[in-house]
Amino acid sequence: MTEAQLREVISKTLGQIAPEADLTQLPPEADLRQALDIDSFDHLQFLIGLHEALGVEIPEADYGQLVTLADIVRYLMARVP
Amino acid sequence: MAEFRMPSLGADMEAGTLVEWRVRPGDHVQRGDIIADVETDKGIIEVEVFEAGVVEQMLVQPGTHVPVGTVLALLRTDGAAVATPGSVPLAPGPAPAVVSVPSASTPSASRPVAPAPAATGRRVRVSPLARRLAAELHVDLSTVQGSGPEGAIERADVERAAAMAQPTPPAPAPAAPRPSPAVPAFQAGMRRAIAAAMSRANREIPHYYLQTRIDMSRALHWLEVENQRRAIKDRLLPAVLIIKAVARALGEVPALNGYWIEDTLQLQEAVHLGFAIALRQGGLVAPAMHHADLKSLDELMQALRDLITRVRAGRLRSSEMTDATVTLTHLGDLGVETVYGVIYPPQVALIGCGKILEQPWAEHGMLGVRPVLTATLAADHRATDGHQGARFLEALNHFLQEVGP
Repeated sequence: MTEAQLREVISKTLGQIAPEADLTQLPPEADLRQALDIDSFDHLQFLIGLHEALGVEIPEADYGQLVTLADIVRYLMARVP
Repeated sequence: MAEFRMPSLGADMEAGTLVEWRVRPGDHVQRGDIIADVETDKGIIEVEVFEAGVVEQMLVQPGTHVPVGTVLALLRTDGAAVATPGSVPLAPGPAPAVVSVPSASTPSASRPVAPAPAATGRRVRVSPLARRLAAELHVDLSTVQGSGPEGAIERADVERAAAMAQPTPPAPAPAAPRPSPAVPAFQAGMRRAIAAAMSRANREIPHYYLQTRIDMSRALHWLEVENQRRAIKDRLLPAVLIIKAVARALGEVPALNGYWIEDTLQLQEAVHLGFAIALRQGGLVAPAMHHADLKSLDELMQALRDLITRVRAGRLRSSEMTDATVTLTHLGDLGVETVYGVIYPPQVALIGCGKILEQPWAEHGMLGVRPVLTATLAADHRATDGHQGARFLEALNHFLQEVGP
């Protein structure tokens, strides 16, 4: 999977939770939950969505590595099949 | 013959718009069946019927805006109406044929959320009703121009877009745009509904407030270990532990679980926990998690997921809107440390939870750092006194120290 494809998946998954979100406008180092006002429930739904779309296991202990969009891309790129 | 009336779906509702009949004359209905969709200031509510029978006649057409209590349809009942213990009509005035009834069943599996529009260059505000309609009519919300406040997309905008997208309709157009009821901008309506309920609360309810700090280290440690062995889909949120503990603590201090109606406290046996859920487009609703005290952590997580998903999709049921016996507001996702809540009448208590923060914690003469939850109770002094409130917070603390399946 290319990074562009991965970003597409992330954008689509996020779109189901925060339809108004525009990832191209988001600074890559911004805290995603803060910037898009995502609560813990929606955050979990977002991670479940990524898991289902990509098949990547995301242990709870790793949530801290998934704060910014750049984090998420880095984390998932290293793990997608 | 029974009359099915426009129900009161909350203390603040005066009128509603019949959006759609889900049944037709001649249909057999069972208690609890959804027979109509009603639009209120808080979105579209699926209205359940509480008498079994045969639908005889519809008296009101979809699109009609009528006051609470208006007869909408006639039912030929199978027998005498079943008395429902513990049910309380929430609004004075004409008694609605539909009263709140505890539903013993677990909420059904979540409905799919309306497909989200692709991200665009602008921030789009969409009412739940518009979102749902867009999904039904296959309208891409990113192409819709909103006419509401701050460009919010409303029902009429979606209908316009759907009508424009339709090529010359085939002979008898099956998907004629629904009649557009005279409903004000969704957000303005939501604001008014909240304003009415909160003004009443502040005018009528002598609130008292209690606050306590709860060491969450045991609970969070248990949760961490538990979530480690769970697949991501089955993981629990800290909020679920709090919901469970609140429900159990209400069992210890039942005086906080009920309604203040006609100068008396009417205790409710079932704990239907209203859970305040903020809407992305602004405003909030606090639908009930039925029988929260009888549910396991997994069932509560499922119920929470189901409820939030349906709130966001604008699909709540009438019983959920009316029969909460107490409310929990959980602002833990924001930086808020302490919540001083306003009670939702006719309830008599509201529990507020802030963010779990690491704080200095003195115990046994030692100073340490613990994750601390500040829990507050706003209670109606007509119904209870500080002593009972204090017992409740003590019980809440106790149950959070012994979380588990």
